Amino acid sequence: MIPFDYRRATDAEAAVDLVHGHPGATFLGGGTNLVDRMKLGVSEPEMLVDVSRLPYDTVEPLPGGGVRIGSAVPNSDLAAHPLIREQYPVLSQALLAGASGQLRNLATTGGNLLQRTRCVYFQDVTTPCNKREPGSGCSARGGYTRQHAILGASQACVATHPSDMAVALAMLDATVQVQGPDGSRKIPVAELHRLPGDEPERDTVLGQADLITAVDLPELAMATRSTYRKVRDRASYAFALVSVAAALDVADGTVRQARIAFGGLAHKPWRAARAEETLRGAPATEEAFRAAAEAELAEATPLADNAFKVPMSRNTLVSVLRDLA
Amino acid sequence: MTTAEESMLRANAIGTPLTRLDGTEKVTGTAPYAVEHPVDSPAHLHPLQAAIALGRATGIDTSAAEAEPGVLAVLTHANAPRLASTGNGELEILQSGEVGYRGQFLGGVIAETPEIARRAADLIRVHYERYEHDVELRADRDDLYKPEQVNPAFDTDTAQGDADGALASAAVTLDATYSTPMEHNNPMEPHATIACWTDGELTLHDSTQGVYWTQAAVAPLFELDQQQVRVISPHVGGGFGSKGIPHPNVVLAAMAARLVPGRPVKFPLTRQQMFSVVGYRTPTIQHVRLGADEQGRLSAITLDVVEQTAKVKEFAEQTAIPTRTMYAAPHRRTSHRLAALDTPVPTWMRAPGECPGMFGPEVAMDEMALACGLDPIEFRVRNEPETDPESGLPFSSRNLVACLREGARRFGWHDRDPRPGTRRHGEWLVGTGVAASTYPVFAMPGSQATIRATPDGRYAVRIGAVDIGTGTWTALTQIAADALEVSVGEVDLEIGSTTLPTASGAGGSSGINSWGSPIVAAARTLRARLDEHGGTVPAEGVEATEGMPDNPHTSQYAMHSFGAQFAEVWVNADTGEVSVPRLLGIFAAGRIINARTGRSQLLGGMTMGLSMALHEESVLDPRFGHVVNHDLAEYHIATNADVGSLEVDWLDEHDPYVNPMGSKGIGELGITGTAAAITNAAYHATGIRVRELPLHPDKFLR
Repeated sequence: MIPFDYRRATDAEAAVDLVHGHPGATFLGGGTNLVDRMKLGVSEPEMLVDVSRLPYDTVEPLPGGGVRIGSAVPNSDLAAHPLIREQYPVLSQALLAGASGQLRNLATTGGNLLQRTRCVYFQDVTTPCNKREPGSGCSARGGYTRQHAILGASQACVATHPSDMAVALAMLDATVQVQGPDGSRKIPVAELHRLPGDEPERDTVLGQADLITAVDLPELAMATRSTYRKVRDRASYAFALVSVAAALDVADGTVRQARIAFGGLAHKPWRAARAEETLRGAPATEEAFRAAAEAELAEATPLADNAFKVPMSRNTLVSVLRDLA
Repeated sequence: MTTAEESMLRANAIGTPLTRLDGTEKVTGTAPYAVEHPVDSPAHLHPLQAAIALGRATGIDTSAAEAEPGVLAVLTHANAPRLASTGNGELEILQSGEVGYRGQFLGGVIAETPEIARRAADLIRVHYERYEHDVELRADRDDLYKPEQVNPAFDTDTAQGDADGALASAAVTLDATYSTPMEHNNPMEPHATIACWTDGELTLHDSTQGVYWTQAAVAPLFELDQQQVRVISPHVGGGFGSKGIPHPNVVLAAMAARLVPGRPVKFPLTRQQMFSVVGYRTPTIQHVRLGADEQGRLSAITLDVVEQTAKVKEFAEQTAIPTRTMYAAPHRRTSHRLAALDTPVPTWMRAPGECPGMFGPEVAMDEMALACGLDPIEFRVRNEPETDPESGLPFSSRNLVACLREGARRFGWHDRDPRPGTRRHGEWLVGTGVAASTYPVFAMPGSQATIRATPDGRYAVRIGAVDIGTGTWTALTQIAADALEVSVGEVDLEIGSTTLPTASGAGGSSGINSWGSPIVAAARTLRARLDEHGGTVPAEGVEATEGMPDNPHTSQYAMHSFGAQFAEVWVNADTGEVSVPRLLGIFAAGRIINARTGRSQLLGGMTMGLSMALHEESVLDPRFGHVVNHDLAEYHIATNADVGSLEVDWLDEHDPYVNPMGSKGIGELGITGTAAAITNAAYHATGIRVRELPLHPDKFLR
């Protein structure tokens, strides 16, 4: 860990100004991932701008429908909020499937979105990693890849995004409210995270001084029966091997609309557009669910240790849709 | 001469569920662990570790580290104290720039704060000459070798009769290979030390399983007399074997403290460092062959084990040991072969030998029972030996069959349908399984206890034992009270320091046997002396010191604990996830000294066995030579959510031969067999036979 400055921002604009003027600065939320990385030498910010006490700590209905979640709302509070539990159970379930009770008490909504991969080579400064040190090489390729990507990876990087919450948000078509040096803007969560390509060091489309202030959930009737299923190597406190966030609108045995996102398979929450398209108008049957899963996974390119993720994702999606139908 | 029966202690406090005497200190956070001891003006050490697996540090540039404000000294092989050679390649660090494994200590920074030390250590630049390293264990290596003996002093190989011939003519045979992965000790308190040199003598506050074992290993390295090294360890936050003897972290702390004389140096390991310098359970490859007649009576048992050791120091795990005792068969063979690798040194981890060695063979017994068309309990009962199969000695007591039968009754085994893959709860496939447990009765030589009675009615009991969280403070107090025929409230026990009479360490489940026996002997001597004073304590008090008594029965009887473990396992038919809603263990381990802490020990052992079955696996990346999943987020141990109903009970086993307490030791028994019981239940649930731990979900995917 290197010595660093610590500032506590009084409002979003001041926070953005502090970071904008300082290339070595970064925002600090709950610190549950950033501080770990600092101890490991993976992240070496010269200045932390603490945004955890900014007034973005509420969950409120939006006037035109939907819900606004402040970026400083702790994960545990968000999971327990009645609006979320009743209208977006997938989000509550995803949050409770993540981390541990202690971590959820501290981790924030904004910070959860911006946590970084737990690829063991990214987290170890003694092994090459293109994400940590661009151009140094990818140690995961040819190494231990049980937790790694089977979709959308590149030669440069096969890391997965670790968030459960983000998978639910991508499925719900949530948007993030961003305060940047040039004012505020909205970005769909599904477009917030990037695929690694040739720049795996960039996890998201955000600039260094862009601050997430809120996450907006659209009104979505089918979300009241949404669900999150996480498959992992142990029952608690483990990252997803694969997870599925899904909602299904079925009438008279026919799928009117399906919404599906996978976690644990890619560098970003993986919205399963092909599976959704395959299901539109299809009968709500096991065969159709399986065909949809296979359509989505047709281009999966597993690594040495994670070929199991293809059948595991397929079976998990079929199981989730079977329960929702 | 008194008979074994007559020398047995009358139980009064023994057997009761006395609450932990150190419980209040533990739960209020006032029991000091190693680096929590208050010391004046401590300095802090952060190590420099090798980033290659084999080679030589050709240059270590410490200038940037030395320039950091707050840095007191930088330690490398250039300025490290010269160590006397004791033949222990693991401990003899910093004597040159040679690197024998990745993560090996090359130096360290001593600073005013831990943060400064860590930061400065990051600033050290090391230039290496790399050699090609070799870290892969495979059964087909052509350089496997036969060690002279296996831990601690067992024969490497044994053979009786003609196993190959018996297998060739057996009606039913099994030939299967099982494997267990590398696993790491992860007690809650990491290895941690405060080292301080004063007037040429060394004081160590160390998280250790044996204060005298640490003293014995460290003193000669620094050419000190034993008594010039003082080791203090009143409370230890868990120890599963890796704290049995010191590892290089203790030596590094002592070396660092030499550079700042008079200042205590604190050195707690990070969790990541726990995966590189304090040992691990070797991976094992276990080739089992069984032969039986049509009635399911075994004619042949063979177990050939391949495992690893380190080039810097040999450790040979005794994985085949339980196979020498478990079941009868006239023709039998066991062997151990090692690959010496450029890795850290493997070491003890809860039930070394018995724990991995009760996986392959106990799964094989399940497979063989099926092949013979027998219930796995009935199959074991048919192969119960009358005497210890290899030594021919009678057992001092052996109640495996009684444990199996009582467990079967409690678990509801009687109406079990043996067909695999036929029970379902929703999307979960359900199965049940059983396996046996065993652990030897070890007694360590050399412990002494002193008891002093004073006129105020107190009895001070002193012995350099340690409590690694097992309940030693409480159990030894109970033993002393019964031996003195007084109440526990009249006994003041002192343990955890080399200022107390010498004692063996907590290892091999031998603590109560090895510390309790001299306490009983000293108490009996003391009572005889009190009788000489007419039963009253004179003003100057009365004292007695006794050593570990010889036990003539050790050479006359085979002494082992046994048990039976039952598991219910659910496997998700879609995802392969494995869940264990129910575990039951029934044990026969002689007299249980404290019903509460004893139960905790067995529960803990089974939980760790469950963790081994489902989760634990250290992933060594052969390209780099280190364990890449080196933290508790990636190296999975069981969480609360993984443990369902967990029940433990024991039979009242009377064994007058093991020691005056009649106790056999229970620290390790509980972990043996658990993984096999769970694996056998997972087969019963799914019809998929997994022979490689851990039972990850992908192994059950269809």
